[in-house]
Amino acid sequence: MISISSYIIVAAVLFGIGTLGVMISRNIIILFMSLELMLNAANLAIIAFSRELGVTDGHVFVFLVLTVAAAEAAVGLAMVITLFRNKETLNIDRFNLMKW
Amino acid sequence: MSEYLFLVPLFPFIGFLINGLLLGRLPRSIIAFIACASVGLSFILSLFLFFGLKAMPPDLRIVEQVLFNWIIAGSFHANIGFMLDPLSAVMIMVVSGVGFLIHIYSIGYMRGDTGYGRYFAYLNLFMFSMLTLVLADNFLFMFVGWEGVGLCSYLLIGFWFEKKSASDAGKKAFITNRIGDFGFLLGMFIIFWQVGSLNFTEVMASAPQVFISGGMLITVTCLLLFFGATGKSAQIPLYVWLPDAMEGPTPVSALIHAATMVTAGVYMIVRTNVLYMMAPDALMVVAIIGAVTAFYAATIGLAQNDIKRVLAYSTISQLGYMFLACGVAAFSAGIFHLMTHAFFKALLFMCAGSVIHAMSGQQDMRYMGGLKKYLPITFLSMLMATFAISGIPGFSGFFSKDEILWKSFSSPFGNSLLWAVGFITAGITAFYMFRLIYLTFYGKERMDEKTKAHIHESPKSMTVPLIILAILSVIGGWVGLPHLFGFTNNFEHWLEPVMKNANQMIAAHRVNEAVGETGMEWGLMIATVTLVLISIYFAYLIYNKRTELATSLRERFSSVHKLILNKYYIDEFYGAIVIRPLIYFSLFLWKVIDVAVIDGFINGMASSYDDMSGTLRTIQTGRVRTYATIFLSGVVILIAYMVFG
Amino acid sequence: MNFDTVIFIISAIVAVLGASMMIFQRNPVMAVLSFMVSLLAQAVLYIQLDALFLGAVLIIVYAGAILVLFLFVIMLLNLRTTKELGPSSSLMRSLGKYLLSFLLIMEFVFIIKSSFFKGASLVGVVNMKPDGFGTVTSVATLLFTKYLYPFELTSILILVAIVGAVVMAKKDKDTDRPLEGKYGKNE
Repeated sequence: MISISSYIIVAAVLFGIGTLGVMISRNIIILFMSLELMLNAANLAIIAFSRELGVTDGHVFVFLVLTVAAAEAAVGLAMVITLFRNKETLNIDRFNLMKW
Repeated sequence: MSEYLFLVPLFPFIGFLINGLLLGRLPRSIIAFIACASVGLSFILSLFLFFGLKAMPPDLRIVEQVLFNWIIAGSFHANIGFMLDPLSAVMIMVVSGVGFLIHIYSIGYMRGDTGYGRYFAYLNLFMFSMLTLVLADNFLFMFVGWEGVGLCSYLLIGFWFEKKSASDAGKKAFITNRIGDFGFLLGMFIIFWQVGSLNFTEVMASAPQVFISGGMLITVTCLLLFFGATGKSAQIPLYVWLPDAMEGPTPVSALIHAATMVTAGVYMIVRTNVLYMMAPDALMVVAIIGAVTAFYAATIGLAQNDIKRVLAYSTISQLGYMFLACGVAAFSAGIFHLMTHAFFKALLFMCAGSVIHAMSGQQDMRYMGGLKKYLPITFLSMLMATFAISGIPGFSGFFSKDEILWKSFSSPFGNSLLWAVGFITAGITAFYMFRLIYLTFYGKERMDEKTKAHIHESPKSMTVPLIILAILSVIGGWVGLPHLFGFTNNFEHWLEPVMKNANQMIAAHRVNEAVGETGMEWGLMIATVTLVLISIYFAYLIYNKRTELATSLRERFSSVHKLILNKYYIDEFYGAIVIRPLIYFSLFLWKVIDVAVIDGFINGMASSYDDMSGTLRTIQTGRVRTYATIFLSGVVILIAYMVFG
Repeated sequence: MNFDTVIFIISAIVAVLGASMMIFQRNPVMAVLSFMVSLLAQAVLYIQLDALFLGAVLIIVYAGAILVLFLFVIMLLNLRTTKELGPSSSLMRSLGKYLLSFLLIMEFVFIIKSSFFKGASLVGVVNMKPDGFGTVTSVATLLFTKYLYPFELTSILILVAIVGAVVMAKKDKDTDRPLEGKYGKNE
């Protein structure tokens, strides 16, 4: 018998890996994907809770989150393309115009 | 009558406002009319007040008027108030009367000057300040007038301010005055501290209870007040400004530095005579300084070549006589001499102005001579004044100076040494005054042709005041005819209520009336007159009959002559001892403390903030990853706190 | 140890491993592919939780559209390996970051283990499941009745995103620079 808490733990681990990816990666693309990973982990957690409580509302939330993640990914990648056009590098440390 | 007191200084003040504010727009005749009329009105009013006071019984002759409460701060009260008693009645008559004559004289003297309106405005302001000084009923209001006359002195000495020597002289006068005023202020503070009030009547009434007679505190107070008087009235050590003040126009010298402002110190001491009578040591200091200054200034006057300088040193010398009188508790004699001196010294200055005017600006006596036939009225008036100052019997100066000499010998506060100094100074005075007369009016004409062509007697507006003052110089002393001649001394009698205290103490000291006193008085008087006549003869000899004697004497005593001519090098001495260290000190304060310490501290604080912010801003790396890391660490800590805390 | 548990364990391990490989991969294409693997495992987990519709949606939308979009961008920008971006920071310097995410995970585990499931209710996957739970019908019913408003708003959001993305990624007519080029040039 698997209790719901195990699923939540898996979601937590995935979330942690996602944050690690955000902090570590120098490549913008990888960073974006880690971000998506974090969103995904949250989705997993919602599904688990929704199954626990037996209501389908959670599924609707996940649906909407998925949609927003898609829109965000699209816009974000458009921005990456524009940035690359200007700087010709994808190293995120190079985009530091807000430096003191 | 008390309602009119405030009008006496108010009239000149209104004149000052009108002339001062409408400077350029008014025609010259209107300016002159306003200025002279305001002073004339004050004079008429003071005559009126005098007769009103005379009609009252002698013991009640004090009239007071308080305009309004000026300062009320806790227990400290100071009013704008006026007090008229016999002393101030004499003073306002002298001040406004002589002032009025000098205003009229100035109309002619300043005719061609561009600063005509400014001059009369300043002159009116001066009259206002002086009258305030004399009429004030408390120390603080008197100090207002005191400072006001100092200010006007500065403005009028430096009247031709484009000339550097004139503006320097104005600065010197004001600064030296201020040093004296510091002592005056300290004296005021002590009085207020002990008595609790600055009103004259209250202070004089409660002083015997509050102060210990002869004690340290009262002596210090009187000495401090006297220090202020030395600044204003040009005694040792603060006399150095008066000779330089001759840079101003001659009527200014006549009014301010002969008749009125310089007498403020004497007035102040007489006004506070109750305090001085309680401090015999201070009185002794006053007498000694007065006598020494009289002698000292007379010796310097011997060798001066500028006609106004001689008169300036003569003023210092005569003021020394007045302080000598106060120092031996002969206060009414001091005021008597103040009055007669106002007459003949103003006259002397005005005649000198007339001579300078005629000589197209030449002031050096070595280039004058033989002016007797060109300037008869001036010559006659000046001769009258010279007789008065030398103490020729019958003239005004004789009575007042003789009374001072007798009192310095006979008063319980005086001694024969003081008399001796005064006696010798009288001789020197006669000598240098007649030297002036002989060099200017007699002898060979030593001026150049161009100047000689321009010599003319002054216009009526200048000669009429001369004549009036000449008459006063002759008869002015007759109000104070001494007992010796069998008359009652009206002047001394008039001032008695003010000197009540002093006279009591003198009577108390006089244990045994010397029987032969009358004889002594006659003897001293005859000795003085003899000395004066001998000095006049010597002056005649050296400067008229055998003028080669002047040159030979000068060469024989050349070092002494040089010393006297250069005023004993006092100015250089002050410069080195006082002024130079002060300048170095202020340079030190500027360079070290202001620039290095204070500015450095402020700038250092600012730059330390600069450094701090420079360090702190490195947090803004501009890198997203760093921000994300910090963000995340904050989240971790927050969750930990929520879970475990 | 029944069948469900085994499936769960395998899927969980694959998901975590795929995610870890994603962040440590040099080649960005390989990173995307490992992410896809992780997504597949997560879909299995979804289905185990009776979220049938959503599991399918995950594969179709996420793995099939979003990650493909990532791939397109990678190929558009002609990325090679991450090595050309410059030297990566040493392990020592990023130790703090590892520690941080480890702490985060531990905190979550602690919360879950201690406070939430105190009663240790073994729910099990067969417990309390209403009829038609997680099917298309039930989700759609909710979506078009109770959550109609957010649904419509989301469609507008997608429209805005499309317009924004197109505008931003358009080639600027004046300064037209070729997209493929040397990357990793130091400024």
